[in-house]
Amino acid sequence: MRLRVRHQTAYSYDSPIAAAIQTLRLTPRNYDGLRVVQWRVWSDRRRELPVFIDGYGNPTHCHAVNYPHTDATVFVEGEVETAATHGIVRGAPEPLPPLFFLRRTPLTVPDAALEALARQAAPQGSVLKQLHALLHLVRDRVDYLRGATDVATTAAEALAAGAGVCQDHAHIFIAAARQLGIPARYVGGYIWTGLETQEYQATHAWAETFVHDLGWVGFDPANRICPTEAYIRTSVGLDYRSAAPVRGIRRGAGAETLSVAVNVIQAGVDQ
Amino acid sequence: MLSRTADNLYWLARYMERAENIARIVMVGHRMTSLARSLGNSGNEWHSTLLAAGCEPAFFAKHAEASAPLVIDYLVRDPDNPSSIFTCLETARRNARAVRTALTVDMWDALNETWYQARGGGRFAATADLPALVDWVKERSLLFAGAYANTMLRNDAYYFTRLGTFIERADNTARILDVKYHVLMPRHEGIGGALDYYHWQAILRSVSALRSYHWVYQDRLKPWLVAELLLLRPEMPRSLLSCYEQIIRHLELLAEAYGGKRGECHRIAGELHAKLRFGRIQDIFQSGLHEFLTEFIDRSVTLGDEISSLYLL
Amino acid sequence: MGSPEPSDVNLPAAEKPETAIPFDEMGTAGQCRPHYELVRRWLDETPPELLALKRREAELLFRRIGITFAVYAEGGDPERLIPFDIIPRVLDAAEWELVSRGLRQRVRALNAFIRDVYHRREILRAGLMPPALVLHNEGFRPEMQDFEPAQGVYTHVAGIDIVRLGPREFTVLEDNCRTPSGVSYMMENREAMMRLFPDLFAHHRIASVAHYPEELLDTLQSVAPPNCQGEPRVALLTPGAHNSAYYEHSFLADEMGIELVEGADLFVDDNVVYMRTTEGPKRVDVLYRRVDDDFLDPLTFRPESVVGTPGLFNAYRSGNLTLANGVGAGIADDKAIYRFVPAMIRFYLGEEPILSNVRTFSCAQDGDLAYVLDHLEELVVKEARGSGGYGMLIGPQATQEQLAEFRAKLRAAPGDYIAQPTLALSTCPTFVEAGIAPRHVDLRPFVLVGRDIRIVPGGLTRVAMRAGSLVVNSSQGGGTKDTWVLED
Repeated sequence: MRLRVRHQTAYSYDSPIAAAIQTLRLTPRNYDGLRVVQWRVWSDRRRELPVFIDGYGNPTHCHAVNYPHTDATVFVEGEVETAATHGIVRGAPEPLPPLFFLRRTPLTVPDAALEALARQAAPQGSVLKQLHALLHLVRDRVDYLRGATDVATTAAEALAAGAGVCQDHAHIFIAAARQLGIPARYVGGYIWTGLETQEYQATHAWAETFVHDLGWVGFDPANRICPTEAYIRTSVGLDYRSAAPVRGIRRGAGAETLSVAVNVIQAGVDQ
Repeated sequence: MLSRTADNLYWLARYMERAENIARIVMVGHRMTSLARSLGNSGNEWHSTLLAAGCEPAFFAKHAEASAPLVIDYLVRDPDNPSSIFTCLETARRNARAVRTALTVDMWDALNETWYQARGGGRFAATADLPALVDWVKERSLLFAGAYANTMLRNDAYYFTRLGTFIERADNTARILDVKYHVLMPRHEGIGGALDYYHWQAILRSVSALRSYHWVYQDRLKPWLVAELLLLRPEMPRSLLSCYEQIIRHLELLAEAYGGKRGECHRIAGELHAKLRFGRIQDIFQSGLHEFLTEFIDRSVTLGDEISSLYLL
Repeated sequence: MGSPEPSDVNLPAAEKPETAIPFDEMGTAGQCRPHYELVRRWLDETPPELLALKRREAELLFRRIGITFAVYAEGGDPERLIPFDIIPRVLDAAEWELVSRGLRQRVRALNAFIRDVYHRREILRAGLMPPALVLHNEGFRPEMQDFEPAQGVYTHVAGIDIVRLGPREFTVLEDNCRTPSGVSYMMENREAMMRLFPDLFAHHRIASVAHYPEELLDTLQSVAPPNCQGEPRVALLTPGAHNSAYYEHSFLADEMGIELVEGADLFVDDNVVYMRTTEGPKRVDVLYRRVDDDFLDPLTFRPESVVGTPGLFNAYRSGNLTLANGVGAGIADDKAIYRFVPAMIRFYLGEEPILSNVRTFSCAQDGDLAYVLDHLEELVVKEARGSGGYGMLIGPQATQEQLAEFRAKLRAAPGDYIAQPTLALSTCPTFVEAGIAPRHVDLRPFVLVGRDIRIVPGGLTRVAMRAGSLVVNSSQGGGTKDTWVLED
C-alpha cells in the first residue's frame, strides 16, 4: 500500500517568546513491512533540520528558533510503501536487546490493578494468546476519551480512570506485558484510517512486544488489532517519554496555541 | 565575556552602590526628623524617605503606618525588602559568588568580608546605633569601590562594573533630591524659612557635599544652587552630570571593545547627558524640579533595560 | 540450591577481622616508617600550642578563600568548612608507583566496559555478568547506545576511592566515574600547607600537584568532538552557586582560564552549542560538566530540569560537542556493578587486577541476602544507588534498633543494597582535641583520561575525625589532609 503523509504543526504565541526548541521523532525507517519512498522534515523557520539516529534507532530531527518570534510551523511530508506483516516487525534496526524492554519506567510502574490485569491475561496459554487477550482487556477497561489524560499520565492512573487515548492504551498494555515477563515497547507513528472524518487522529501510538520465534510484534490496543499495512512506525522507546514524536521547550512567557493538521492518504487514489 | 557574568558584575556594583545610597537616604530622613522635632514640627519625613527610596508601595503592602521604627527597619534590615541595606549587601555578595572568577581577590575580599560582618555581631540588630551603621555601610562601599577601581583590569568586566555603579548612583542622587519635594512644610513655615534651610542642608550632608557646596558657591544655601550642584555641576562627583559622563564614557569603551557595535542604550545615554551638559537650572525650576527628576528617573530605567538587552541577555 | 557461601565472582579481597589493629601510615610507636621520619621529628619538636595556632590559621585561610562545602540534609551552615588536618598523609615513591599503576589499569577497564555496554555488550554475551544487572540499571542510559564519543572515552575524570589494609595492600572501595569532586581540596590543602609550614617543604622532595588544572585542560582539549574546527573551546558547566561543589567549579574554571557557565548561558542551534556572551554567541566544543545526566538536557532527560540546556544531548550525539564526563558513565560506578570490576580487568585487558576489590554481597541474590542478614553486625551495608555516605549501616557500631531497621529494609528491597565486610582502614596521626591520635583515612586520587591517561601524584586524603569512626565522607563530618607523594 502506498501512503502519503502530510503533517503540519503550527505553534503560535500570544506574545513573542525568546526561543523554542523541539526534538522530532517523525521519520520512519525501512523494515520488511515498510519502505521509505521519500520523506522530509522542515519548518518555515529553517529549510533543513539537522538529524541523527538516537539510541533506540529513531531518526531524530532538532528544530531550534533562537530569536524572538510569535509563530513557527513544522512540516513533515513523505511517502512510504507498506506491506501487511500481521504486525511482525522484521528487518528493522534493533540497537537494544529485548531484555532491555522489560525495564520499568515511571510512566509504566505497575500497581495492584495493573498486576491484576496481567494476571487475567496470564492463563491464556501461549505468549501470543496472552497478548491477544491483553489487547482486548485493555480496550475493554479503558474507553477512548480525549482530554481525560495528558502526556504525564501514568499507565496506572489511566487504568484507574478507565479512560484515555491511544498513548494510555499503549502504556497500560506495555506495563501489563512487562508484568508477564514479556519485553514491550512504545511505538509512535501515523495511521491511515481511510475515513474522511477521523475518529482517531492520524498520529497514533501502539505497542510492540517481543515474542520468541517471531521477534517484535505490534499490538494496537486502541483499535484491538495488530498493526496492518495502514500503520507507519516513526519511533520506538520504553514509553512515551523516550519515544515522544515531539518534545519541546520554550523560553518566554507567551501562552502557546498549537494547531496540528495530519493527513494520511493512499497515494494514487482519489480522495 | 559571558552575558551572565557581565550582568552579575553590573548588578553587584549596583547593589553595593544602592546599599550606600539607601544608607544615605535613611540618614536624610533621620536628620530631617530630628530637625523638625527640635523646631517643634513633626511632619511626614519618614513617608518622604520611603518615596525617595522607591519603596513606598511595597512598604505599605506590609505596614499600615510610616512610623520611624517601621521605616528604618524596612529600609535597613528587612529581608523581604529587596532594596534594604542588608538585602543589598547579601545580593551583592551572591552576585559576586556567582562570578568569583571574574573578580579580583581584593574585590572578593571586600564583598565577602562585608557580608560576614553584616551577618555577625548584631550590627543590624534593631537596637543598633543608626548613624554608626550608616557610617559602616559607607565605609564598606568605599572599600569596595576602591578595591575594584584599583585592582580590576581595564577591560569589559571593569566597564560593566562601572556602568552599574554610575547608573545606580545617578538614580539615587535624583531620588535624594526629590525627597525635598515630598516633605510637607508646615503652614507657618514657608519656603526660605529655617526648616526649609535645614532640609537643604540635610540633603547636602547626605551626599557628603555640604563642604563642596561652600567651596563651589561661597554663598548661603539656596535651593536652586543645591539643585544645580547635584544635577549639573561636573566637579561634583555624585551629580547627575558626573554620573552620565562616566556612563557614556564606559558605554563608548564597550562599543570600541566590541568592534564598534552600538545600540539604543548609547543613544539614550547621549541624549540624557546632553540635557545635563547644556541644561540650565533656572529652566529646570521653571518647568518643575520634581517633574524633571521624575522623567529623569524613568529614562534611567529605560537606559538600564536597553543596556541589558544589548549586552546582558 | 541456596549455597551457604556468597556467590561472589571475585576472590575475597584481603580483609582483616575487625579486632585486628589497622595499619598505621606512620608506623607503630617504636618503628616509624622511613618516609615519615621527617614528619615524626617535626611533630616531636613542635609544641601542641603551636600546632593548635597553625590549625586556626589554616581555618582562617580557608574561610577567606571561601572554600566551602554545602552539606545536604543537615540544615546547618550552607557554607560550612570541611575540617582540615595539618598533619600530612605521606606515600613513598614505591607505594605511589603501585597505586598509580593500579589506577591506570582500573580506569582503562572501566572505560572499556562503558564503551562495550553501549555497543555490542560482549561482556554480557560472555556470561560474565547478569545482563539484567546492566540493562535494568538506572545508570544504563539507552540514549547512549551506539554512540562513540571522541577518543572512545566515557569517563574523563575518575575519582577512585582507595583504602589501605596493609603495607602493600591497596583496595578500591568505590569508583566514581560521573562527576567526582574534591580535587580543589587536594590543591588548596597543599597551598595551605606550603604557607603554614614552608620549612617542611624545604626538607622534603614532595611531588607537586599544582599542574592538575593544566593536565585537566590538556585532557579536555584532547577529546574535542569530531566536528570541532581549530582550537577547541572548553567551558565548565556548573549547576550554579547553590551546588555543594560550586567552589570547586569556579576554582577549576579559574585555574584553567575557561568560562564557568550555567545551563542558561548556553543554547543549541543546528545541534551546535553556543554560549551567550556580551559580544554575541560563541561556539563551545567541550563541556567539562558538573551537572548530573538527569539534569543535563530537559529535552532528552528530566523535562523539569532548570539547570540544563535543552538540546545539549542532540549536539553531543551529533558529534558537535564533547561532554566530559560522558553521559551514561554512571553504569560503571554503580555499587552493584562494582564487584565485577576485577572481571572487567581480566576480560578487556587480559591482566590481573593490581588493586583489589572489597568482597561485596549483592543482597538481590538469595544466598547473599541470607548471609548478610545472618552477619549484619559484622558488615557495612550501603545503598546501591547512594553516595556521600548517606543511608549506610556500619554493623559493628550499630545499635540493635538500627540493625533491626536495616534487616527490615533489606527484606523489603534487597536489590537496593549491597554489603561489605567492615574493613580495618589504615590510620594516620591526626591533630584532634586531645592531641595527636590515629584516625582512619582513605584516598581519592583523580585519574584523567583523554588521548592518554594522566594522574597527578597524590589525591584527596579524607579522614574520619571521630575516634574509631570509619566514615570519611565530608557530608558526615569527615575532614581532609594534604597528601604527599615523596619523590625518590
